[in-house]
Amino acid sequence: MNIATILDMAAEAFGDRVAVASGASRFTYAQLRERACAAAAAIKASGAQYVALLDVNSPAAPVAIFAAAYAGIPYVPLNYRLTAPEINELVERVAPAYLITSGEYAKLLQPHAGVTVVDRAAFLSLPASDAVPEIGDDPRAVAVQLFTSGTTGKPKAAILRHENLMSYIVGTVEFAAADDNDAIIVTVPPYHIAGISAVLSSTYACRRMVQLDGFDAKAWLAACREHAVSNAFLVPTMLQRIVDHLAESGEPASRRERSAAGESDEAATAPAPAPASLREGAVSPVHLPALRSLAYGGGKMPLATIQKAMQLFPHVDFTNAYGLTETSSTIAVLGPEDHRAAAASSDPAVRRRLGSVGKPGAVEIQIRDEAGRVLGTEEAGLVFVRGPQVSGEYLQQGSQLDADGWFPTKDRGYLDAEGYLFLDGRADDVIVRGGENISPGEIEDVLLSHPAVADAAVVAMPDEQWGEGVAAAIVLKPGAAANIGELQELVKGKLRSSRVPQKIVFKDALPYNELGKVLRRVIRQEFV
Amino acid sequence: MAKTALKAGARFKSAVSDAQVMIVKAPAGEFELACGGVAMVGGTAPVPEGATLAAGDAGEVLIGKRYVNADESLELLCTKGGKGTLTLDGVALEIKQAKQLPSSD
Repeated sequence: MNIATILDMAAEAFGDRVAVASGASRFTYAQLRERACAAAAAIKASGAQYVALLDVNSPAAPVAIFAAAYAGIPYVPLNYRLTAPEINELVERVAPAYLITSGEYAKLLQPHAGVTVVDRAAFLSLPASDAVPEIGDDPRAVAVQLFTSGTTGKPKAAILRHENLMSYIVGTVEFAAADDNDAIIVTVPPYHIAGISAVLSSTYACRRMVQLDGFDAKAWLAACREHAVSNAFLVPTMLQRIVDHLAESGEPASRRERSAAGESDEAATAPAPAPASLREGAVSPVHLPALRSLAYGGGKMPLATIQKAMQLFPHVDFTNAYGLTETSSTIAVLGPEDHRAAAASSDPAVRRRLGSVGKPGAVEIQIRDEAGRVLGTEEAGLVFVRGPQVSGEYLQQGSQLDADGWFPTKDRGYLDAEGYLFLDGRADDVIVRGGENISPGEIEDVLLSHPAVADAAVVAMPDEQWGEGVAAAIVLKPGAAANIGELQELVKGKLRSSRVPQKIVFKDALPYNELGKVLRRVIRQEFV
Repeated sequence: MAKTALKAGARFKSAVSDAQVMIVKAPAGEFELACGGVAMVGGTAPVPEGATLAAGDAGEVLIGKRYVNADESLELLCTKGGKGTLTLDGVALEIKQAKQLPSSD
């Protein structure tokens, strides 16, 4: 059980099929395997204990994943958006390592003892190796190590073993499921778990991967057309930007002004009111004839965004995927039929499922209270997950699984009567005010319902009387106005007085990470 | 024929062809896993020389297919195709019908 088996199988069954298309370069599955084997020989000769990647998406990413597996050492892709000191600290933690990088990222690196730095182009043109690598047989060997973004302290090194990743692939993908012309467009960065699972799933399905080295809505649409892309995965921010881009480019000239003013990165993540062209009955579907399937995940999807996207792409199957790094990617899925049923239903219990993350895939899910008691349906608590794909393990901190193998995701949520999982933010984000648990999400939803509010984040602030109090950071729409008193009244009227933010600040933009997750820890600093 | 424990994740290769399988799930206990009438070889152990496909076995193991026993307590994944019929304690395994999997990638 080694993830290199996945590439062996694809190369054997569909060696001539294109595996990766990136700019003008193409690698078939046979070539991908040949490159990975060549790289494995060089990696072994270097004496490295890790294969690191500091680079955007390119064919070097899949080659490096499989080369590390053939060489029998972990693959560790690094976040190239970190600062130079942060990157160098991580490189130091994985030495001795074989590090693949390119251009501007190479300049961020200091010299490190035991670290062999190889340029991407050189890595992809290593001399072919005659030796057929003997694939390691230890299912407990570590295949991938990912540094988590870490809300506090140093990044933790999450480890995924070959058995975790293989369980995920064999449990969720059918071998060679892709048709000859199928292609998936990969826009998530290589250091994200979704970037890793995209490579493994696509290879096992023998599906062509089309890589973009960064995300831009216009480039994404152009690549979908050029490569006749059939499948896509996006984080919510990316889908929002595509929806915004389509709304803007198809708008009458009179609406252009507002669009131009709202084109900053932050504005793209804020839910915007549906323009006239997108309201029910007045939608012009977008012509991407090959696109069949669009999966999304990696953060909370605004309801308005998915509703608009379903109208823009009526023939596309939408799938919401919920997963974590520590669970080898997806653990719950809201499938295409669920999306359609929810959108078409007048039953509120079915309709609200558009906001759920669906049902468990190849895992079990449990909701527990703080004391560990397993909760019933509709009772919100902490989400626990169990299954062979769940690693739940960090290099220094060890396994986080309990005695029965359950992993605490630290997400809050509840299950409905039919087993659909609804998420309710991170456990760490809950505000504990005088012993009462308050979820930021419900307050944010109310604040966002104010016509002048473009974006809102609710966080805990220190409070002498209650321990923690409610605070909010608000971004107003261009030219719009709202005062603190009316926003507090709005929350009081729709929720209750304990939910009213005792402090509200107005910001030009909220801080987001590159995948569209709001950085609450940064916002919390405002109120310390 | 030697009986052996089948553990999820373990790999076996045919002694009579190129066929290789990976155990996806297996019941506890020891079993005879064979291909073409000859016991399969576990892990990286050497394949015995001179073994031949059982006469009349026209079976073929197909890459990427899942094979199960009658109650589906055993599931194998073929990682490399080859000649021979897969059997568990002498009973032929069947190809598992592909079902809709919860894929998102």
